[in-house]
Amino acid sequence: MESSEKKKKLNLKLVGRMMYGSKRYIIAGALAMTIAVIASYISPIIISFTVDYVIGDTGNSELPQFVMDWIERMGGREMLVKNIFLCAAALIVSTFINALATHFRGRFVSLASENMAKKLRDALYEHLQLVPYDYHKHVSTGDLVQRCTSDVDTVRRFVSMQLIEVLRTLVMLVVACVIMYSMNVKMALASTFTLPILLISSFLYFKKVRSQFVLSDEAEGKLSATLQENLTGVRVVRAFGQQKAEIDKFTADNKDFKDKTFKLQKMLALYWGLTDGIGYVQIGVSLCAGTYFAVTSDFSLGQLLIFTTYTGMLTWPVRQLGRILADMGKASVSLGRIDEILSYPVEAEPGAALTPPIKGDIEFRHVCFGYDKFDDVLKDISFTAKEGTTVAILGSTGSGKSSLVQLLQRLYTCTAGEILIGGVNINDIEHEHLRRNIGIVLQEPFLYSRTIMENIKIVDPNIEDEAVYEAARVASVHDVIESFENGYETIVGEKGVTLSGGQKQRVAIARMLMQNAPILVFDDSMSAVDTETDAAIREALKRRRKDSTTFIISHRITTLCEADNILVLENGRLVQQGTHEQLLKQDGLYKRIAQIQNLLEGELKQERGEAL
Amino acid sequence: MKGIEEQEFDQRIDFSIWKRIIRYAMRHKGIVIGICSIMIVVSAIDIVYPLLSKYAIDNFVEAGRLDGLWVFALVYLGFIAIQSTGVFLFVTGASKLEMDISYDIRQDAFTKLQKLSFSYYDKTPVGYLMARMVSDVARLSEMIAWSIVDLFWSLMYMFGVMAVMFTLNWKLALLVMVVIPPLAVLCVIFQRLILKHQRIVRKTNSRITGAFNEGIMGAMTTKTLVRERQNTEEFVELTGEMKRASVRSAVLSYIFMPLVMMLGSFGTALALYKGGQAVLLSSIGQGTIFGVIGFGTLSAFISYTRSFFEPIQSLARILAEFQSAQASAERVISLLDQPCEIEDTPEVEAKYGDAFTPKTENWEPLIGDVEFRDVCFAYKGGEKVLENFNLHVRPGETIALVGETGAGKSTIVNLVCRFYEPTSGEILIDGRDYRERSQLWLQRNLGYVLQQPHLFSGTIRDNIAYAKKDATLEDVRRAARMVHAEEFILKQENGYDTEVGEGGVRLSTGEKQLVSFARVILADPKIFVLDEATSSIDTETEQLIQNAITTVLKGRTSFIVAHRLSTIRNADRILVIRNGRITEAGTHGELLKLNGYYYNLYTNQFREEASGAILS
Repeated sequence: MESSEKKKKLNLKLVGRMMYGSKRYIIAGALAMTIAVIASYISPIIISFTVDYVIGDTGNSELPQFVMDWIERMGGREMLVKNIFLCAAALIVSTFINALATHFRGRFVSLASENMAKKLRDALYEHLQLVPYDYHKHVSTGDLVQRCTSDVDTVRRFVSMQLIEVLRTLVMLVVACVIMYSMNVKMALASTFTLPILLISSFLYFKKVRSQFVLSDEAEGKLSATLQENLTGVRVVRAFGQQKAEIDKFTADNKDFKDKTFKLQKMLALYWGLTDGIGYVQIGVSLCAGTYFAVTSDFSLGQLLIFTTYTGMLTWPVRQLGRILADMGKASVSLGRIDEILSYPVEAEPGAALTPPIKGDIEFRHVCFGYDKFDDVLKDISFTAKEGTTVAILGSTGSGKSSLVQLLQRLYTCTAGEILIGGVNINDIEHEHLRRNIGIVLQEPFLYSRTIMENIKIVDPNIEDEAVYEAARVASVHDVIESFENGYETIVGEKGVTLSGGQKQRVAIARMLMQNAPILVFDDSMSAVDTETDAAIREALKRRRKDSTTFIISHRITTLCEADNILVLENGRLVQQGTHEQLLKQDGLYKRIAQIQNLLEGELKQERGEAL
Repeated sequence: MKGIEEQEFDQRIDFSIWKRIIRYAMRHKGIVIGICSIMIVVSAIDIVYPLLSKYAIDNFVEAGRLDGLWVFALVYLGFIAIQSTGVFLFVTGASKLEMDISYDIRQDAFTKLQKLSFSYYDKTPVGYLMARMVSDVARLSEMIAWSIVDLFWSLMYMFGVMAVMFTLNWKLALLVMVVIPPLAVLCVIFQRLILKHQRIVRKTNSRITGAFNEGIMGAMTTKTLVRERQNTEEFVELTGEMKRASVRSAVLSYIFMPLVMMLGSFGTALALYKGGQAVLLSSIGQGTIFGVIGFGTLSAFISYTRSFFEPIQSLARILAEFQSAQASAERVISLLDQPCEIEDTPEVEAKYGDAFTPKTENWEPLIGDVEFRDVCFAYKGGEKVLENFNLHVRPGETIALVGETGAGKSTIVNLVCRFYEPTSGEILIDGRDYRERSQLWLQRNLGYVLQQPHLFSGTIRDNIAYAKKDATLEDVRRAARMVHAEEFILKQENGYDTEVGEGGVRLSTGEKQLVSFARVILADPKIFVLDEATSSIDTETEQLIQNAITTVLKGRTSFIVAHRLSTIRNADRILVIRNGRITEAGTHGELLKLNGYYYNLYTNQFREEASGAILS
């Protein structure tokens, strides 16, 4: 209970922050809305005045005294009778004020709500860019996107429609009640007594019907899932000739969705029918009571018209108000979900945030790391890499290879020990500076949905095209790109052409080269490239970046054997390190893998011999 | 992708398209007629209300007596009761119609999807089809059902009000109605403009969704490239665009609404001015061009002019909605009308039955002799993949297809399954062109395991029994045991009754493969097709799968798009496919002897696989 209370307060704070800068729009919007409401109440008064006072000559007037004085000065009823168009003109003027105010209300409110939505979206996006990578590992993309889009939209609609509608209905109620009760209390009671019933019943109704909404939604979800499975599994369906069974399954889901939604709609129909009834009863009571008072007392015809009109104007918004109030919980939930993202702390600088010139001397000192407290992925890793050397890393799946190179970029921070670059602890190096100086290519690199050219130039759009071609040649991907219909202008990524794994890896290598970083990391990033191309890329890299310190994670002995230092990881421990020759002399994983190759080649020769 | 881009908004309404959609509504004539008649009643009562007020004013207030007020109140209540019932009925009816239409269209479209050829699936993303089947259909059926309601109400109300006004005082009515034509024009123009702008907003919104998606999916890459700031800057520009577009669209609505209000007030003002004048003159006994007008008539006119713009607005909205939903309608109709590229001839269908009602009694047993005779094949609009391809496979033989991606291996397999048919030449099964039998005849005799095995949500047992729904648990278990899948299945929480989740997410790739092998065993087909996975699985499961494959191959004519050495080595015949041709063919030993492409492939692969096995 207490926590939910707290959450609500928090949400308001967030709304306040997001509303900052839009306050004047909100105030102006509320003001315009009030003017519009008042103007809308003036029209019936003008009509009733015309009917009662001008045409009917009953002497009754609902207009305030000062207006009557003014009319008297202008010539009184006589003048108006002769120039009845003046009444009509007054009606048009009051409508004009209403129209103008309505326009500005809409303009200001949409400015306010869109401003707020923009702020929310921007804040969310920026925040998601700035949170530590660790955050992304623990959340689902679909859920995040949902929060950033539908939840933001729920909040936006809350401000642009619900909030203003609630305000408007309240202002309408207050103004109408003030006018009606000051005119005639009995009539006012007769004209408003169902409004609380209408409000409460619609509120309760929509709270109650929500479970049926959920049922209908779930049925739709199931229908979609069945459809999706059928479509993605179309080959299996056909290969086993199961079309008939699939149709039966779909029909069942389709029918279930239809029935559940229809049940929901029937409940809605009942609601509309009943509340329409209550609303019309209200108007009818108002009319009959008004007629009664008009005959038995000094209640005038004009007043009767005012009361019936106001009753009509109030009834439907009040019914809507109940629905809005019932819906408002949704906005609160959405805000909570958004706030959950925004309150996650962004990546911080643990140390001095220095920006020293970075060269390639690297030292790992007793480095430990774990994603959680209880399970260390890396244990006590120590080694050094001199500038310009190549370090290769070999290890089985889950041995901690990727974590090791990611620590270098401080995508994660080590839990114990330290990593030094040029003698400086990386925790003291500003993280952006650090990352700019370490180029990394991931095993499954991500390309942005834009052209290949823009992707390679992503670190600096001012790079010359020629430099891009050069880098693409080094990555052995230039010819591949040129063979595409649109060459470097081919759009890739989610909305474009899908490149093969190997092509993606090579484009990512070219992109990384644009960083001109003194430290290069290849996280198994040529696994989808064939061995010959792999060798060619490494050869070209060596020529181009001979001063760089290079880390290569690979399974390929041909790649590993050329390194100056080979690290062998097993279960997060550095079990062996040395050159190819040194490691061949020791028993261990490296030797086993190297031997297997020779062994198999021998077997192959034998097999060929037999075949001969 | 171009062909499925959203179409432009500005277009004429195409009646032939809408006729097709409306025909779905007409399948439920009873409901449609019911809704229409209720709408007549409802709109009539809507028109009656001001008349009741008029009656009260004229007979009680003006006459200054109360006789019969109770009766009047009861009559009023009676109308309310009818009205409320009417509202309940038409909302129910329209909902029923909406749900029926969407049910019917989905049913038809789904049936169509079960018949469409693979060439259609190849060029149509699943997401596209999902959007047609789910949102487009929902939108169309909602629109049709509720348009009937709105259309009928608006027309009835409009003509009813006109009729009443004309009856009350035709001259005043005529005068007041001068506002209708400009109102109609205004509504039509603005509704179109508003929809157009809303479309821009929607498009920008989907770009924002895309940007969020990319920002989250690419989080690690963004960090490694230090692009957080630039990404955010680009995003801020996009949201700025969104804000401007949204405000523009909202402001447009808030120009439209006040304009309608103004025009409406002109009508009321006219009624007040001219009508009032007439009342005044009548009251002092003078004649007017409008004749004698009383207070009741005046107040009725004033109410009518105040509610007159509602039906016109709603008619304009319906028109605009039809225009904007045209693209949805076209897409749905084009799905329903999509021709099937592979269809059984009427003669074949007459003998063997169609995909839903097979005449199994006429089916010849399939033996498994497969022959490609001068087969050429090209994907639609693409280059030739196969040219004069010849191959004869004896019953029970295992064929391994090796070669690079795009060489034509999958095409051969697709042709065997009759997912595609040869562009020229023929494929014979048991000596007869397979087009002489029904598709289902072949496919019921086919087993297929994909690279990424596809399971359906449901239990493991459901999945194994997929092709043989009446299999007993014992049958299922026997099949599972044959491919050594039972061990892992029994380890699952509920054994055979364990839910596999959507697409089988709760099982590992290796486990999914074992289940799909068991599925084949139970179906016991004569022809078996395996598209082997490239990615390696852990060594232990790998061994199980190898054993499973050996079991499945026994006694079946098999085609394997092969990647694993052991599979390749055990095949009866290995075909090296390059550029749609068989360049090398023979057993493992024979091919090694050639020292050609196969030899190279084999040695390279060997290295990778061997070290991969140790490291995984």
